[in-house]
Amino acid sequence: MPASDLSLMFGGPAGSGVNPMSEIFMKACSRAGVFVFTNVEYHSNIHGRHIFFRIRTADEPVTSHVERVDVLLALDAETIYGTDPHQDYQSHKGHLHEVVPGGAIVIDAKAGITAENLGRDDVRLLSLPYDDIVRSAVEEHGVDYNARRHAVMANMVPIGACCALLDFEVDRVLPIVAERLPERHQNLVPMNRSVLQHAWQAAHDVLGDEKFSQTLHARDDQPARMLVAGHEAVGIAKLHAGCAFQTYYPIAPASDESVYLEALQADWPIVVLQAEDEVASMNMAVGAAHAGVRAATSTAGPGFTLMAEGMGFASITEAPGPVVVLYQRGGPSTGLPTRNSQQDLRFALQPAHGEFPHIVVAPGDVEEAAQYTHLAFNWGDRYQVPVVVLADKFIANSHFTVDSLGLEGLPVDRGPIWTGDVNGAEPYRRHRLTSSGVSPRAVPGTPGGEFVTTSDEHTERGRIEEDIDNRIEQMDKRMGKLDIMLREIPESDQFTLHGAEDADLTIVSWGSTRCPIRDAIRQVERESDIRVNNLQIRLLRPFPADAVREILERANRLLLLEDNYEGQLGMLVAEQTGIQIEEKALKYTGRPFSQDDVAEAIRRQVPAPEAAMAAQGT
Amino acid sequence: MAVATLPTVKDFAVTDSHPDWCGGCGDFGILNAVKQALARRGRAPHDVMVVSGIGCSGKLPHYVRTYGLHTLHGRVLNVATGVKLANRDLEVLAVGGDGDGYGIGAGYFVNSGRRNVDFTYLVHNNGVYGLTKGQASPTMQRGMQVKSMPEPAIIDAVNPIGLAISSGYTFIARGYAMAQRELVGLIVQAMEHRGTALIDILQPCPVYNDLLTIDFFRGRDIGHPRSYSLADEGYDGKVHDPSNLDEIVAKQQAALAKSYEWGDRIPIGVLYQIDLPTFEDGVTSRRPEFETASLIDSARPGVDVSSLEDRFR
Repeated sequence: MPASDLSLMFGGPAGSGVNPMSEIFMKACSRAGVFVFTNVEYHSNIHGRHIFFRIRTADEPVTSHVERVDVLLALDAETIYGTDPHQDYQSHKGHLHEVVPGGAIVIDAKAGITAENLGRDDVRLLSLPYDDIVRSAVEEHGVDYNARRHAVMANMVPIGACCALLDFEVDRVLPIVAERLPERHQNLVPMNRSVLQHAWQAAHDVLGDEKFSQTLHARDDQPARMLVAGHEAVGIAKLHAGCAFQTYYPIAPASDESVYLEALQADWPIVVLQAEDEVASMNMAVGAAHAGVRAATSTAGPGFTLMAEGMGFASITEAPGPVVVLYQRGGPSTGLPTRNSQQDLRFALQPAHGEFPHIVVAPGDVEEAAQYTHLAFNWGDRYQVPVVVLADKFIANSHFTVDSLGLEGLPVDRGPIWTGDVNGAEPYRRHRLTSSGVSPRAVPGTPGGEFVTTSDEHTERGRIEEDIDNRIEQMDKRMGKLDIMLREIPESDQFTLHGAEDADLTIVSWGSTRCPIRDAIRQVERESDIRVNNLQIRLLRPFPADAVREILERANRLLLLEDNYEGQLGMLVAEQTGIQIEEKALKYTGRPFSQDDVAEAIRRQVPAPEAAMAAQGT
Repeated sequence: MAVATLPTVKDFAVTDSHPDWCGGCGDFGILNAVKQALARRGRAPHDVMVVSGIGCSGKLPHYVRTYGLHTLHGRVLNVATGVKLANRDLEVLAVGGDGDGYGIGAGYFVNSGRRNVDFTYLVHNNGVYGLTKGQASPTMQRGMQVKSMPEPAIIDAVNPIGLAISSGYTFIARGYAMAQRELVGLIVQAMEHRGTALIDILQPCPVYNDLLTIDFFRGRDIGHPRSYSLADEGYDGKVHDPSNLDEIVAKQQAALAKSYEWGDRIPIGVLYQIDLPTFEDGVTSRRPEFETASLIDSARPGVDVSSLEDRFR
């Protein structure tokens, strides 16, 4: 475990300020040079249902959560005990059982929780009068306390208490508060400072001489790193790629990305259009792509279902794109709207009727989400296919510490563009059969390049044609692009075998499970002599079958790890390589794998004596 | 094409593809009118994009020399929207059938009216789904039965003009495929209009619709043509003061009243027109550069985004 590995949790009812509170504190940690990972779990609900935000801090990069909670910062008793167990169904069991012995709980005194009735004598309980603390801080400024105006600052109380517990300076929090407050509310900054200080003092008084066991050390020698969520990283990547047209229909957890881009329209050359549904979103983007701009849309599974026909349309008409970022959530149907899954792999591979080429790429973390979004535009232009970037709720809503998104220096490739002469004897052929397999595209507006293309089968000229020879030629041309992609896309983008070649165990994965796998392998290798590597497959269509088969055949032991019921990558691997991965760690709870989940899955596979010996210190 | 010369109808002619529509189909009239209107509009073929839906009408882009996208059933307005917003310099013509626009694409019909992107939308309205052998389309009236239908229609027709009014279309006209002179004029007016311009074009389907025949429109049974020109009768559908709500309501009511005229007299012409901000105007209000630079000109692949990254530090 990293030296200063802390797991904090802010929890409360939706609409009570859990998000802003958490975002302020995580940013303060990040500014203090600490590596941060966060994830948030929330209901499909505006007001009242339980929401919690995990903030993990460490002195080395972390990209997943752990099950334990060191400090629980609660706005209500439900965060501690869960929903009423006598109800028809207990929706969740609270987080008390997750708090480690020696951990701490901060709670509003209004909740009426005391050391006596908490039921745990091994945790520090800080029951603080949130409203009284705010009142005294407000009155310190010579202002009469007014609950309607001032109660909102109660959010600062757990933060101040957390600072006291972890010996973290409250002054590191205040600049973040000031940045979040609009210009007209800047006069509230001193009052917020007072609330933080009063809360710090109150917690300090409760703690007395018996300091809390954990501290959060600022590391001011560290460079200023980014703390960024996946949906923001993808949005930035789209701007970097020159995406000028983004469409969307509101859906969790995808629309955050579009809303982020919407706010940037004044300063960046992009139009973000909220369409009437995902059918419209998709087909607008296809139209814009054909017209020559880089176009994109973002959605979740239910929306992608509606985009299906547009995928086939884009592909048969050889549109350059669009790029579709698919943030998976728990399905089927409306399913678990705000929860994580990797259930849409097989759907993304075959999203519509008929046979057609397209690209499916699954980034493994926030930097890859940005970089592969950028590359997706290159691929869309070069191969004239729609490209699906297969992300998920975990990537969309989690925050990660990174030096940068790694976009700078990535190439821009618009693919072959027709610039032929106007007086050419031969008419331009939009779907011309070429040795490279790709037909140079004329950008509408180019003199002499007038073409028509159609969702019907068509000739090189784009005319509707049902002739057998033509059908064979055009099918071969389109489908042949899949082989060309496999040849041309660098193998380092298609997949990565992370870790030692000759590991005891090879975890086979795709997408964001890379994040907990990375952390778990580091943990297991520190605690034991077990050596684990991870084959992370990014390119899922076309599938790098030969290379994957070779790696799998070399491996000592295989474990398939996926956030779905069926083991969909396993099915794909079997289909493409003939190799059945027997051992599977599958999770379909709607929650992402934790570092502990993966570490446990590894230990189940390799119950090596080394592990036990290491644990015994022999 | 040389820049100085204005295009002629011949410049829009296609030689390597021939319409496979049935003899006597109204589509021929609409195709001819489109080519004439484009020539009169004065845009070079490479500056025009014709986007179509699915059905007999959807084949139109194959028979006119411009850029063309023959898209999906009911999605023509989506694709046209994307094309136009990507490149404002293109003259965009959306073409589809009545089933395409008022049935499977009805949601997009409504929302495109709200959005008011600057393009022209021609609906070939013949009352039937021709390419699938003559089922009732959304404009087939209750109780009607054309020869391909085993039973008369038991649901009401949509009123496309009324639907367009309430959806916010800023130019609403009705044409007739066989009234060429009027139709060409309407298409030119529609292209000149800023905003989404709808022309609902009545047309015969000689194979499947034995009610709305050329003879019906000619009025052989009643001794005079059924269609008449609104302009000839002094009808003025244009809102002259778009800030005057009373005038808007009055003009919309008049257009709606005209839309119900059927039987012995069928009005042809501009039913309603108003100058309102387009979607592009809305984008320009957010980002003034959009007024002069289309997205295709202002996009900058590979642009430095470090200033955005820095906001997260």
